[in-house]
Amino acid sequence: MASILYEVVRLTCPQVGICVSLLIFVGRKAMGISLLHLPLRFPTFTGGVHPDDNKRHTAHLKIEELSAPKKMIFPTLQNAGAPGEVVVEVGDSVKVGQLLIKQCGIISANHHCSVSGTVIAIEPHLHPCGSHVKSVIVENDEKYEVFRNIKPLGHPENLTKEEIIKAVSNAGIVGMGGAAFPTHIKLSPPSGKKINHIIINGAECEPFLTSDYRVMLEDTDELLIGCGALLKAVDASECIIVAESNKKDAIAKIKQNPIYQKNEKIKTAIVKTKYPQGGEKQLLSAVLKKEVPPGGLPADIGAVVVNIDTCAAVARSITTGMPLITRVVTVSGGAVANKRNFKVRIGTPVADAINAVGGFTAEPAKILLGGPMMGVAIHSTDIPVTKGVGAILALTEKDVGIKVTTNCTQCGKCVDVCPMNLMPTIIDRYCENFDAEMLEKLNIADCIECGSCTFICPARRDPLQRIRTAKKKINAFKK
Amino acid sequence: MEKMLRVGAAPHIFTKDSTAVIMQDVVIALLPALAAGVYFFGYRAALLAIISIASAVAFEHLWNVAFKKPTTVYDFSAVVSGLLLALNLPPTVPVWIPVVGSFFMIIIVKMCFGGMGQNFLNPALGARAFLVVSWPSIMTSYVNSGAKLIPFLLPDAVTSATPLSGEAATRYIDLFIGNIGGCIGETSKIALLIGLAYLLIRKVITWRIPVAFVGTVAALSWVFAGDGYFNGDWLFHILSGGLFLGAFFMATDYSTTPVTKNGAFVFGIGCGVLTVIIRLIGGYPEGVSYSILLMNVASPLIEKATAPKRFGKAGFKSA
Repeated sequence: MASILYEVVRLTCPQVGICVSLLIFVGRKAMGISLLHLPLRFPTFTGGVHPDDNKRHTAHLKIEELSAPKKMIFPTLQNAGAPGEVVVEVGDSVKVGQLLIKQCGIISANHHCSVSGTVIAIEPHLHPCGSHVKSVIVENDEKYEVFRNIKPLGHPENLTKEEIIKAVSNAGIVGMGGAAFPTHIKLSPPSGKKINHIIINGAECEPFLTSDYRVMLEDTDELLIGCGALLKAVDASECIIVAESNKKDAIAKIKQNPIYQKNEKIKTAIVKTKYPQGGEKQLLSAVLKKEVPPGGLPADIGAVVVNIDTCAAVARSITTGMPLITRVVTVSGGAVANKRNFKVRIGTPVADAINAVGGFTAEPAKILLGGPMMGVAIHSTDIPVTKGVGAILALTEKDVGIKVTTNCTQCGKCVDVCPMNLMPTIIDRYCENFDAEMLEKLNIADCIECGSCTFICPARRDPLQRIRTAKKKINAFKK
Repeated sequence: MEKMLRVGAAPHIFTKDSTAVIMQDVVIALLPALAAGVYFFGYRAALLAIISIASAVAFEHLWNVAFKKPTTVYDFSAVVSGLLLALNLPPTVPVWIPVVGSFFMIIIVKMCFGGMGQNFLNPALGARAFLVVSWPSIMTSYVNSGAKLIPFLLPDAVTSATPLSGEAATRYIDLFIGNIGGCIGETSKIALLIGLAYLLIRKVITWRIPVAFVGTVAALSWVFAGDGYFNGDWLFHILSGGLFLGAFFMATDYSTTPVTKNGAFVFGIGCGVLTVIIRLIGGYPEGVSYSILLMNVASPLIEKATAPKRFGKAGFKSA
């Protein structure tokens, strides 16, 4: 019996093996399809990691309004680029939507008051970046009187391209996915570059975060009006709303909306649930199958990527005229029991958001602004929620994990997961024994600092931190 | 002032794996092979494994003590190396062989180059090569399975040849379950496959090197090992000798293999080609260990040649 089986295996396997390898090879090279990637799979990028997404705690919770406290803090720096210029004085009475900080320089943004009250100080205050940044401190009178200049601009369809970009710029809209890059600059690409695709980024690949998901479900109309406005602003041929495969119901909701059904230019796409799927280069590689060239911007491949909440804010700034003064923030993590999705007035200190969920139920090991993969750990809760903060997470010791560093075992897991096709283990070696020339050869500047390498490292080394330091050194050296 | 909270650079969450967990997984994956060795060769196999592991751990600890460094034995890599060395020994060797082997493995091959992850040769294979050239007769005298060797008694010379030397007629089912002569850990293919499955499920290793290595050996021996071409007994070639132990546990060693995906294929194919060349043309019946050692030395070059394509330079991706 065994010998018959053996003969069958011995005689048939080579032929079967040759056929299968030929099929895979020919399929890949000649027909441009890979049999290893079945069509049923969602599109994605190469590399990436699968942290526990922890979205189950807050995904089902409706967005609630968080009442603003007495003291509100508006830092001059809530955007990538240069800080703005303060245009009010101590003692001034301010209203909801009134300009406090005016953009200053090319890459900068306006910032507005989100409550009504009196300016009580203009002084350096603690900021998510870890140091003190000049901020306007407003005492809230809890009347929420709206500034007189706030009036609707009408429907985006009746506005010109320039009027829409102007409205976005005036409303102080920045990328609300975390980087806080001013949106009006994204919408004005350098001359000669045509934007064909607008990608609305609802990937939300960071664990714990559910704010974009709730916006997709609850503010579908605004989101789709925003899509229309953006399409007009850059004169693009399509606008694709993209979500990860764990948010299929949000895409289904969008598809049922009449605005979606009427506008043929708005499309949707579902991509694989994987971190960092929401990185703009990774998202474009998954959706458009095009890679942004090294050192380039999405505009180089005719695309612009806009976050979900930003897109809704664009619609709000046009239909109501109200600038960006609120955003949706997920309050979650092991150290808070009542996890929530809040609509927070920008400038609210973190401490008030945490008090609103009933404080800590366990000793927090770290408090983060943003997700656990790229968010910022803050040392005090007297720091305001700014425009780029999508979550307040209080992580316990258990969430954070223990760190016992050993030698690098050269396991190569970081090379497998790097979404930018870098070799973190080798870069790490040259960072330790700093060698700028080799690091540039290894394309260190391509690193998007997503943290996948540090996340996956079984030796608990921190390649990303060394890469960050080395990048700074190299930049300082160049100057 | 309120208590300051702890800060740190992102990311703030980490995988649950650690070096020690991975090494423990490898030990677990090797246990079926060790159990099979004990079943077929008697308790002496277990004794050799214990001596080998204990001396490997002891040498690593002594090195750390001598150089006033924090001890690294808790990462379990010395346990893995010690166990692998024992599985690569014939069950008849005297008890001092694993001790000498561990000394060479830990001190010379591993710690002299900077410890775990820094060695350029697979420690267990380096030690095996050292033992084979130093005491060739001891290291190549195999005993038939079912010998039930007793600890501490040097066995009578009931030696047999490995099937690869072509002298013994063997049933294939015996090759598969391990009822043949050979090293402690290499004979039972079913036990090694169970270990491989465990490593793949736990994502300790990827399939690339084992598949490339075994596949290359199968293909080349099918083409060249028979009378004429394309009728070689490839199944016999992959089931005999130390191929499975080498391809699953030695050629997948992290520090001595390329870190790139394509590099892993090149490494596996290279190992396979060298193994078949040594087996068919070389003057030595088994080529797995030397082929892995040779490819270990080549792995930095492979790594350099197979660096992943820079993001954004590929242009259009194929769907």
